[in-house]
Amino acid sequence: MPKRTDIHKILIIGSGPIIISQACEFDYSGTQACKALREEGFKIVLVNSNPATIMTDPEIADITYIEPITPEVVEKIIAKEKPDALLPTLGGQTALNTAMKLKEMGTLDKYNVKMIGADYDAIKKAEDRDCFKKAILKIGLDLPRSEMAHNMKEAERALKKLGLPIIIRPSFTLGGTGGGIARTEDEFRKTAALGLQNSMTSEILIEESILGWKEYELEVMRDNKDNVVIICSIENLDPMGIHTGDSITVAPSQTLTDKEYQKMRDASLAIIREIGVETGGSNIQFAISPEDGRMVVIEMNPRVSRSSALASKATGFPIAKIAAKLAVGYTLDEIKNDITRETPASFEPTIDYCVVKIPRFTFEKFPEAKDVLGISMKSVGETMAIGRTFKEALQKGLRGLEIGHTGLDNKQSYKDISDEKIKQRLEEPNASRIFYVKYALQKGYTIEEIHKMTDIDLWFLENIKEIVDMEKEIRKGHGAGSKKPGKRKKQNLDTATLLKAKQYGFSDSQIAELAGSTEQAVRGYRKQHFIKAVFRLVDTCAGEFEAYTPYYYSTYETKDEAKPSKNKKIIILGGGPNRIGQGIEFDYCCCHASFALKELGYETIMVNSNPETVSTDYDTSDKLYFEPLTFEDVMNIIDTEKPDGVIVQFGGQTPLNLARRLEAAGAPIIGTSVKSIDMAEDRKKFSKLLRKLKIAQPESGSTTSVTMALKIAKRIGFPVLVRPSYVLGGRAMKIVYDEDSMLEFIKEAKEVSGKHPILIDKFLEEAIEVDVDAVSDGDITVIGGIMEHIEEAGIHSGDSACVLPPHTLGDDIIDTIRKYTHAISKGLKVKGLLNIQFAVKQNKVYVLEVNPRASRTVPFVSKATGVPLAKIAAKVMAGKTLKELGFMEEKKPGHISVKESVLPFSRFSGVDILLGPEMKSTGEVMGIDYSFGVAFYKSQIAAGQALPKSGKVFISVKNQDKRNIAFIAKKLEDMGFEIVATKGTHKALVANNIKTEMVGKIGEGNAKILDYIKEGSIKLIINTPSGRTSQSDSRPIRNAAVMRGIPCVTTISGAQAAVSGIEAALKKDFQVKSIQEYLK
Amino acid sequence: MKAFIALEDGTIFEGIAFGAHGERLGEVVFNTSMAGYQEIMTDPSYKGQIVAMTYPLIGNYGINRKDVESSGPKVAGFLVRERSRIASNRLSEETLDKYLKENNIIGVENVDTRSLALHIRTKGAMKGIISTIDLDPKSLIKKAEESPGLIGRDLVKEVTCKKAYNAKVIYPVPSAARFKVVAMDFGIKRNILRCLIDNGCDVTVVPADTKAKDILARDPDGILLSNGPGDPAAITYAIEEIKKLLGKKPIFGICLGQQLLGLAFGGKTFKLKFGHRGANHPVKDLTTGKIEITCQNHGFCVDIDSLNKDEIEITHINLNDNTLEGMAHKKLPIFAVQYHPESSPGPHDSRYLFKRFTDSMSTYAKKN
Repeated sequence: MPKRTDIHKILIIGSGPIIISQACEFDYSGTQACKALREEGFKIVLVNSNPATIMTDPEIADITYIEPITPEVVEKIIAKEKPDALLPTLGGQTALNTAMKLKEMGTLDKYNVKMIGADYDAIKKAEDRDCFKKAILKIGLDLPRSEMAHNMKEAERALKKLGLPIIIRPSFTLGGTGGGIARTEDEFRKTAALGLQNSMTSEILIEESILGWKEYELEVMRDNKDNVVIICSIENLDPMGIHTGDSITVAPSQTLTDKEYQKMRDASLAIIREIGVETGGSNIQFAISPEDGRMVVIEMNPRVSRSSALASKATGFPIAKIAAKLAVGYTLDEIKNDITRETPASFEPTIDYCVVKIPRFTFEKFPEAKDVLGISMKSVGETMAIGRTFKEALQKGLRGLEIGHTGLDNKQSYKDISDEKIKQRLEEPNASRIFYVKYALQKGYTIEEIHKMTDIDLWFLENIKEIVDMEKEIRKGHGAGSKKPGKRKKQNLDTATLLKAKQYGFSDSQIAELAGSTEQAVRGYRKQHFIKAVFRLVDTCAGEFEAYTPYYYSTYETKDEAKPSKNKKIIILGGGPNRIGQGIEFDYCCCHASFALKELGYETIMVNSNPETVSTDYDTSDKLYFEPLTFEDVMNIIDTEKPDGVIVQFGGQTPLNLARRLEAAGAPIIGTSVKSIDMAEDRKKFSKLLRKLKIAQPESGSTTSVTMALKIAKRIGFPVLVRPSYVLGGRAMKIVYDEDSMLEFIKEAKEVSGKHPILIDKFLEEAIEVDVDAVSDGDITVIGGIMEHIEEAGIHSGDSACVLPPHTLGDDIIDTIRKYTHAISKGLKVKGLLNIQFAVKQNKVYVLEVNPRASRTVPFVSKATGVPLAKIAAKVMAGKTLKELGFMEEKKPGHISVKESVLPFSRFSGVDILLGPEMKSTGEVMGIDYSFGVAFYKSQIAAGQALPKSGKVFISVKNQDKRNIAFIAKKLEDMGFEIVATKGTHKALVANNIKTEMVGKIGEGNAKILDYIKEGSIKLIINTPSGRTSQSDSRPIRNAAVMRGIPCVTTISGAQAAVSGIEAALKKDFQVKSIQEYLK
Repeated sequence: MKAFIALEDGTIFEGIAFGAHGERLGEVVFNTSMAGYQEIMTDPSYKGQIVAMTYPLIGNYGINRKDVESSGPKVAGFLVRERSRIASNRLSEETLDKYLKENNIIGVENVDTRSLALHIRTKGAMKGIISTIDLDPKSLIKKAEESPGLIGRDLVKEVTCKKAYNAKVIYPVPSAARFKVVAMDFGIKRNILRCLIDNGCDVTVVPADTKAKDILARDPDGILLSNGPGDPAAITYAIEEIKKLLGKKPIFGICLGQQLLGLAFGGKTFKLKFGHRGANHPVKDLTTGKIEITCQNHGFCVDIDSLNKDEIEITHINLNDNTLEGMAHKKLPIFAVQYHPESSPGPHDSRYLFKRFTDSMSTYAKKN
């Protein structure tokens, strides 16, 4: 059936900010869908609040709304655009939930908008636990025994029926928020109550425990002629009980017989048909009992998911693109497989390699949270690795994770780990369990013993054991070529052992460590003996057909399939797995570099290991190497491709950290020189430069010794900001007020940065922070955007809201900032992007930090101004001048753009939500309008912190803020809010004639405020805590607020902005406007 | 122990032997299924072939008695990238290594099976040899060159049953059968028997050289022509008998069965460059427009152009290369498919064909 002709204009809803369980995989899927449907001649209207996405680039959709994704706002867009259809299956749970709400509100019927892909009934059937259960039983499939509960009474009844341990899953939530495993009755009551609160429909499923069962996922596609194919099967290494997003997963399934697999395939086909997902992709999860083979259905996502992104990258089959085409009427046999060109999309990909996905956690950012894993997702990113064996893929994945491991290495010695610790780390699933499996094997545990403790399938354990055994072989350096056994020298390693080690995925540095050599020596020795990485194709068909899409991974075999061309070419190094501090913004920049260089006629080659991204889409660049971003892996590609340039500026700190070694090894780094990068990152050299330029900087020092650190701190005076150099996202960065805390933090900081020194800066209290993004061609520098932070200096720029253009700074200050930017750019001989963070205190401008690379704010600036900064920078790096590119002048938009960050606190119970110099946010949203108030108000809605228009506001501020709060409280009172305050704040407000209700402090045994929060009467919380005791006193308040989604402002400047926002919203309902209109 | 695989075009692959040791000749082919190695090894259609698995990790779930497609492994040799040291599945009874050793089959691991597959894809399936005893490339290549190959060779006689038997000796029949089927065994896969039994058939399996009159003497409701190894054109005795069966009873042909029918219809068969072997081939049923993902294992194919279109209807085509995947007689109750509706290993999308067969038997019975 050819495409539908009854629809012309399609609304696509994106997934909003990056949060845990909903990351850039939906940028990837949405972008693919927009491109595919526009190719077919449809007009695409897109809404997404996340400016860091490729899909919100003005050229991806026809009409792009960077507006909050709520049913009310999307209704405004529908009223304005009148689309014929809504495609809800490509923007994650956010899009699905919004679409469902729009249907329920009657909006879709009112404007005659059809849901395509999956309709209301199908989504309801898949998402509503009760409906889903009925549907599954109807087709004769099995589920874990379960009961629904809508209140605690029903929950208790279910507990009696099913017994402990027991699983609680709330309906209609993301990533299992609020769900959990209960082993005691007490745990059960807590989790059930939380689940009821978190569910959009106050509904929880209480389920028999199938902990430890084997867990599988199938990616299914269906067209409107009822043709169904399976794209990929995935087996979880971590068995049931750990969220699949937090599990190490492997494709294809490894330990099932064909009969068992086909049973699951049959079930998937039956399920997608019964649920009624008309077209597109779905993800279905199963569990199989390792004892008796009983198979149960866990859940189904009637949409493109994180696993679909993984399945797409793992097989080469573009699920989102095909799903979009199916949604508009095509059938699978009418669509060609891009990779083989000849064969149709109506086949099942078969692969001839093993894919391992490993989640990336950031528990180190939330030291109060335990790194225990369960059914609520905690990881913030993932890396994928491809190898010809599981062992190879696992080790590549572990080094691609960028958490300081070079593979399944010996960063920690097993000898230092007690048996108790082993037992505890194996039995309780956690972020580093895979390494403990190894330590246990090294300590002599058998795979059967480890299986008993972890339920990890013996096949995986056996493979890990083979890695451990291989280590022994390398250590011995034994084998045919070995003359002096026992002597740990690389020369002792015979080539057969070395080749085997490489085939097992060992990195050169791992081998060096085991054989007592250096990475460089191993590399040299390897090359000398022609043990070189070869590149193989990801071709969807295991070599059966010729493949045209150059998508490669490395391995150690005989035939190299890479076909380096003679073209002018540039390699772009990506950012690896998402983490807090390095996320989608950098992937955005890498993609733009690729697009820009293609425009200049270069062949572009992308290197990245993150399956969620647009950069790892096979048609973003001319070639894609899906590889870990380590020196060894990147040099293998450089040796093969011999590029004319390598770009390290765009992928965040990951490639930047490789720059020096790559250059030393002869890689042609283009753009700002490695020397300049070093000058900007090296405090001493940089201070010297600033002194020369006569630009002020907070007093500072750097050292690697503890005594020196204390001396420096005393010299410049507390409070000081301490942090390690060469890290991103303010990792291990703290403001310290005294000597004791200083010592504590130095210790932590040193662990993070290794050989690099610790930096100590004077902390400027209550300064306004300003971010500047600029681009330079080495000759002239043009500012892309100046952003004023809403929160004061001291809060990480990645966590702070900011506004472009600045809204409180005077022209003279802004001029100084411009002047400094130009001077620094010149001083550093920047060629490409430059980001500077300034602090303004008492009208004096200080430079806090300079990053001669793409910054987190580049996409936001580009969306706010319409200037494609990253593209311009890439072209400059390739030799163009800004004059040639026609970008000579800073663009000053007439509208106001606010960026707000989105924080993951609701995922980490017990973690305080206070902001500080260490970045904690996972994503960002953007609000645009012609007034600051409205733009800010929009940004808060988009961030899920919708500001109230009436109700009670709770205020509790520290002493310094008591003067400033009066003005804010007065305004709130004038707007009709009731004010509730703690004693001190109450006194201050009453003195200013503001009526308040006083509540006692929790520390004094008064929990009235918590009751208010629980009953939902408090609509906004303004709480600026000071000192440690007061912090712990107000912590339960903030935590209660986060768990219930009550907006909680923790700074005075934030409160001021909130008041402006509320004021604007009360005045007039806001309008929606596409960025194409704003940028006209 | 080191093993060499030599191809007739002079290409050598190296690996490490497992299972049995020695030397074996065969046509070297590749299979792209990711699971189901046990079913593949025991499929009699692989007689005379050295099979390379493109999926690199083989043996993971071991071997169990239930998943065999015949009495034991039939492949001439088995090539894999990595053999699992352990068998991890509750159903497993032994490891792949042990199974091959017991059955005297040479397995080779550490083979760059992707390179091998790419080579065969470009150059075509070819004669080859595996050896653990002769590691002289020149000598091996010569042996490969001089080996008989598949063309014109009757491999069916090596795998067909010696005498007729009822399928219930292999699978218990659950309920009273509604249809009597005679299956001509050219190397029949056990799952065909199971599928027929599940569809209410009482199946008698007869040797490949059974005469038409002896088949008809059993008064079956329908006749199944099974899959099997090698060149269909070499099985002249069967083609002659099949000709005599046309129009006498409903006939269903599978794989080699389709090829023999094609020849009996007066058509021609040809050898595909490297065949179809895997579990992901898209086939379109032209009668319904539906696509099914099929399990395939064939090196030969009926030439579409050689068929008399007045008599024969093309019912199924392969969407990858548009070759013939199914045909039916326009007047007589005879149909056949080139792929494996019984799958094993592979998807169950095509099981409807067994129903089609029983339907045709019902209709035929009513009419006569």
